[in-house]
Amino acid sequence: MRVLAAMSGGVDSAVAAARAVDAGHDVVGVHLALSRNPGTLRTGSRGCCTIEDSMDARRAASLLGIPFYVWDFSERFRSDVIDDFVAEYAAGRTPNPCMRCNERIKFAALLEKALALGFDAVATGHYAQVRTDSAGNRELHRAAAWAKDQSYVLGVLTAEQLAHAMFPLGETPSKDEVRAEAAARGLTVAHKPDSHDICFIPDGDTRGWLAERVGATEGAILDREGTRIGTHPGAAAFTVGQRKGLNIGFPSDDGKPRFVLEVRPKTNEVVVGPREALAVSELSGSRFSWAGMPPVLGDAPLVCEVQVRAHADPVPAELVLAGEVIAGAAIAGEVLAEEVRDTRSAGGPGGPGGLRVVLRDPLDGVAPGQTAVLYLGTRVLGQFTIDRTVSAVPA
Amino acid sequence: MAYLDHAATSPMRPEVLAAYTSALGVVGNPSSIHAAGQAARALLEDGREAIAASLGADAVEVVLTGGGTEAVNLGIKGLYWARNAGGRAGGAGGAGGAGGAAMPRIVVPMAEHHATIDAVEWLARHEGAVIDWIEVDALGRIRLDALDAALATGAGEVALVTALWANNEVGTIQPVRAIVDAAARFGVPVHLDAIAAFGSVPIDFHASGAAALSVSAHKIGGPVGIGALLVRRGVQVEPLLHGGNQQAQRSGTQDAAGAAAFGVAARGATGLRSAGQVDGSQPVASQPVASQFVASQFEAVHARMAGLRDRLVGGILSTIDGAVLRGDPDSAGRLPGNAHFTFDGCEGDSLLYLLDAAGYSVSTGSACQAGVPDVSHVLLAMGLPESAARGALRFTLGPETTEAEIDALLTALPGVVEQARAAGLAARTPSLGR
Repeated sequence: MRVLAAMSGGVDSAVAAARAVDAGHDVVGVHLALSRNPGTLRTGSRGCCTIEDSMDARRAASLLGIPFYVWDFSERFRSDVIDDFVAEYAAGRTPNPCMRCNERIKFAALLEKALALGFDAVATGHYAQVRTDSAGNRELHRAAAWAKDQSYVLGVLTAEQLAHAMFPLGETPSKDEVRAEAAARGLTVAHKPDSHDICFIPDGDTRGWLAERVGATEGAILDREGTRIGTHPGAAAFTVGQRKGLNIGFPSDDGKPRFVLEVRPKTNEVVVGPREALAVSELSGSRFSWAGMPPVLGDAPLVCEVQVRAHADPVPAELVLAGEVIAGAAIAGEVLAEEVRDTRSAGGPGGPGGLRVVLRDPLDGVAPGQTAVLYLGTRVLGQFTIDRTVSAVPA
Repeated sequence: MAYLDHAATSPMRPEVLAAYTSALGVVGNPSSIHAAGQAARALLEDGREAIAASLGADAVEVVLTGGGTEAVNLGIKGLYWARNAGGRAGGAGGAGGAGGAAMPRIVVPMAEHHATIDAVEWLARHEGAVIDWIEVDALGRIRLDALDAALATGAGEVALVTALWANNEVGTIQPVRAIVDAAARFGVPVHLDAIAAFGSVPIDFHASGAAALSVSAHKIGGPVGIGALLVRRGVQVEPLLHGGNQQAQRSGTQDAAGAAAFGVAARGATGLRSAGQVDGSQPVASQPVASQFVASQFEAVHARMAGLRDRLVGGILSTIDGAVLRGDPDSAGRLPGNAHFTFDGCEGDSLLYLLDAAGYSVSTGSACQAGVPDVSHVLLAMGLPESAARGALRFTLGPETTEAEIDALLTALPGVVEQARAAGLAARTPSLGR
C-alpha cells in the first residue's frame, strides 16, 4: 500500500512510520504545518506545532529513508479547530480540539488530499486499533496499551475514514516499549517528552488565551436558587465541574466547596453549587456518528459503556433512542441506528430522533459540548456531542 | 528524472570540484606570514582575481563573504551605516525616524529576495530606517516612474537604493542601467543583488555604476558557503563582523579553498578562460587570469538553455489548461534558465510532491518557513491573488539540462496537474466524516 505517515515530530508518529515501512508499505512522511507563523506556537513546553517539531519529524523521516514534506493546513486548522474551539467556549460549551483535529484535519482534509494524490491510507501514532470483522467491516478498538489509549479522540471517525486509517502502535502494550524501539532504531526523538495540553495555546494558559479571544465581561455568579453570590471575570472561561477561580469570598452554608454547575453565555452567568449537584444521570445529544457498522437497536436498550473525556473512565450505560423514533422502532421491531441519523435533521439537537444515554450510576461534571463516546467492550461504537444532561439530583 | 532547481543551488562543475578538493589539502592561513600561509594566500588571491575579472571589477573591490545573504546584508547595512556615520541629523529628525539618522530612507522594490527585505526591515525596526517600497509591474519589473517619484522627494534623506539585477523567482531582468542612472541623478548609491543573475546575464560592475553588488558561488556551480560583495573604490561600507581585520569590510579567517573554487566557477559560468587552462585538470596554480571574455561560449550555453526553456514553456502552454507563465514572456527580458508558472486550482505542495515522486526536482520558488512554502510575496507584488499564487511552480534549467529531460517532464506534467487539482479541491472542501 502507499501510506502517508503523519509525523508530528514526536516519538509515537516516528515509530508508527517506521513500522509502516517495516510492513513493506511504500511510505511518505508528512508534517502538518498548523500555523503560518510556527514560532508563535508552543515556546515553552512540548507541543506538536513548532519549527523544532517539524525538524524532528524531518530527521526521523530521513533516518527511515522515506521522502518527507511539510504541508500547510494552517488555514483549515484555524477555521475548523481554533475558531471552532473559541466559538464553542463562547457558547458555553466545552469542546475537545484534538478530536476536532482528527475529525476535520487528519482524517478529512489530509486524508482526502492523500487519497487524491494516490495514497491508500494515512498512518498516525495514535494508540488505537483498527480491526476487520469476519464480514470485512472495519471496527475501531481500544489500544493494547490501556493507559495510553486514544480511541476516545478517534471515536468521531466514520467507517469510510477508518477504511483508510492505520494505527501501527495499537497492539503495543506500553509506551515504554515504543520509546525503547525508537532508541533501538536510532531515532533522536526516542526520549522526547510527551506533548500535552492544547497545541495552539503556547503557555498552557487556556483561560487567559480564551479571555483574549472570547472577550471577558464581568457577570454574576448564581447559586442554584438564582441568588447572586459573586462576580466572575467572564463566563466563557468557565467549564462545568470547575472548582478553582470562583473567588466568591465567603463559604457556602454547609462549608463545602462550590463547583460550576452551568455556564450561561447568553446572560453571562455562572451557576455554582455543591459537588453532589454535578451528578448527571442522563446524556443526550446530536451530531452522532458510528465508528463502523451501526449497532442494531431494538426495543430493549443497548447496554454499553460511555466515556465523556479523553482520560475519564468509561461507565456503564444504556443507549436508547429518543423521542418519536422509539415508537417507530417499536413498530418496526428493530431499527438500524443509521436510520436514526437520517431522521435526526427533522428533530434537531436532542429532539426527536436523537440519542439518549441513561447512566447506571451518576457521573460528575459533564459539560455540554463534550463528546460521549460509546464502547462495547474494547470496540468503539460511535459518538455524539452532548447537548443536554439530566441532573441526578434535582434542585 | 531531472534536476530543475538550479536557482536554489546548482550542481558543482567537475573542474570546480577538482579545484576545491585540491585546495582543501593546502595547509595554511592566508593571513600567516610563513610559506604555508603564502601558499594559501596565493590560492585566495587567484580566486579573488578570477571573481573580479568575471564581473568587470578589480580584485581589491571584492569582499569575500560567507555567502550571498551575508553579501546582501553587508551591502545594505554597510552602506546605510556608512552613509549615516557621524551624521546624525541632530534635532532635524521629523522624517529622521526613531534612530535620528540623517539619511534614514532606503528605496527598495517590493519583489526583492528575503535577504534584502528582512535586512531593511531589521534596519527599520532597530535603527529607525524608513523604507520606500517601490511597486513592480505585472511582470515583476520595477516601476521606474515610482522610483523617480520616490527619489524626487527628499533624495538628500535617501541612504541607498537596493535592487535585484534579476528576480530570483520569476526571472524578470531589471532595468539596472536606468535604476543606477536615476539614483545617480540624486547622488544616491545603489546596491545590486546580482545573485540570481550572475552566470546567466553578462555583468560588468564598473560599467553598471553601482556602488556595491552581491554574488554567490553555489548558484553558478561553486561551493555553498562563499559569496562576495563588490564594493567600488571610494565607497565606504561599515562591516557587519568585527575581529582580525583580514578584509577591511569583513573580519574572519579567509576561505582560500572556497575562493579558489568560486574563482573557477566564476570563470566557467561567464565564459572566461584563464591562460593555459585546457580543462579542469590543472585549475588552481597561480595562473594569471586572462581577461578575455569568450563571448561565443557564454552565449552558446545560454542560447541552448533558453531554447530548452522555450520548449518547456511552449509545451506547457499548449498542453495544460489554466497554466499561466509568470514574469516576462519575452526571452530577452527573463533569465535564460527560468520558467515560472501558476497552475489554476493547484496547491504548489501537491505539484511539488507529485513531481518529486516522479523524479523531478522543482520548486515553488518562494521562501520557506520550516519547510512550508509561503505564498510568494513576489507574485502578490505583481498583483496576483493569493489563490493563484498558491499554485506556483518554478523550473530552473542549468547548462547540463537535456532535451530528453524537458520532453519527459512535458509528458508527465498534464497528469500531475490534473491530480493536484483534484487534491486541491479535496483539501478545500473535504467530504469525509460525519
